[in-house]
Amino acid sequence: MLSTVVFWIAAVLAVVGALGVVTTRNPVHTALSLVLTMLSLGVLFLLLHAEFLAVVEVLVYAGAVMVLFLFVVTLLMAGVKPPREEHRMRLAYQTLIAGLFGLILFVLVLHAMVGANWVSTLAGPGGGTFGSIASFGTALFTRYLLPFELTAVVLLVAVIGVVVLGREQE
Amino acid sequence: MVPIGYYLVLSAVLFVIGGVGVLSRRNPLQMFMSVELMWNAVNLTFVAFARQYLNMAGHIFVFLVITVAAAEVAIGLAIIVMVFRKREHVDVDDLSLMKG
Repeated sequence: MLSTVVFWIAAVLAVVGALGVVTTRNPVHTALSLVLTMLSLGVLFLLLHAEFLAVVEVLVYAGAVMVLFLFVVTLLMAGVKPPREEHRMRLAYQTLIAGLFGLILFVLVLHAMVGANWVSTLAGPGGGTFGSIASFGTALFTRYLLPFELTAVVLLVAVIGVVVLGREQE
Repeated sequence: MVPIGYYLVLSAVLFVIGGVGVLSRRNPLQMFMSVELMWNAVNLTFVAFARQYLNMAGHIFVFLVITVAAAEVAIGLAIIVMVFRKREHVDVDDLSLMKG
């Protein structure tokens, strides 16, 4: 019963944050809306017994990634002028068309879900240690060790890429 | 307990809102944040199915997605800073170099 209430509060907040991401004009407000969505998703992860991922969602996403975004926003948007008028004219129906395509996509996804009959109930209470940080670590360092090692390569590539891109151009 | 379908529908809603954001925003930073929203929506689907089938593979996959997303953000923001550092407007419509 309590989990249902928590789900609805978190779900509504997540959707409010998402709408904020696509409607706010100021990039700082956009970033803060995204943080609201991510915190709500962290709560939903906890409801789904994904303890480690809930922590990672808040620390890495709402923390590190969004701080990076805010750095760049303050760096780039400092001396920026408002959008030009002819741009507004040229792309008058952009939002409308985007909304239309979004609606079509949503109907298609919903249709697929109903067709696959996924609106059933959850499989009983989480089987014992499912989703605990211990079981996550066991899975990560035994069966899924290779993917875990590969993330190190991905992060190394990201670091090298940023260093190369961030150099002063000659 | 909340049925898994609720999580999936919520995930679809967030994904579609993110997609509309990518199509309708003209500030590259805001487009990028919409992409992040879409990553998060997909993560919610993975976690919901992991709970449904009591399988940790979904959690591992979300872990990988978060790592890749962090790398993508770092490189993407570096590119955005590089491209827009010397421009008056931060607007993706200004990037028309390859227009025929």
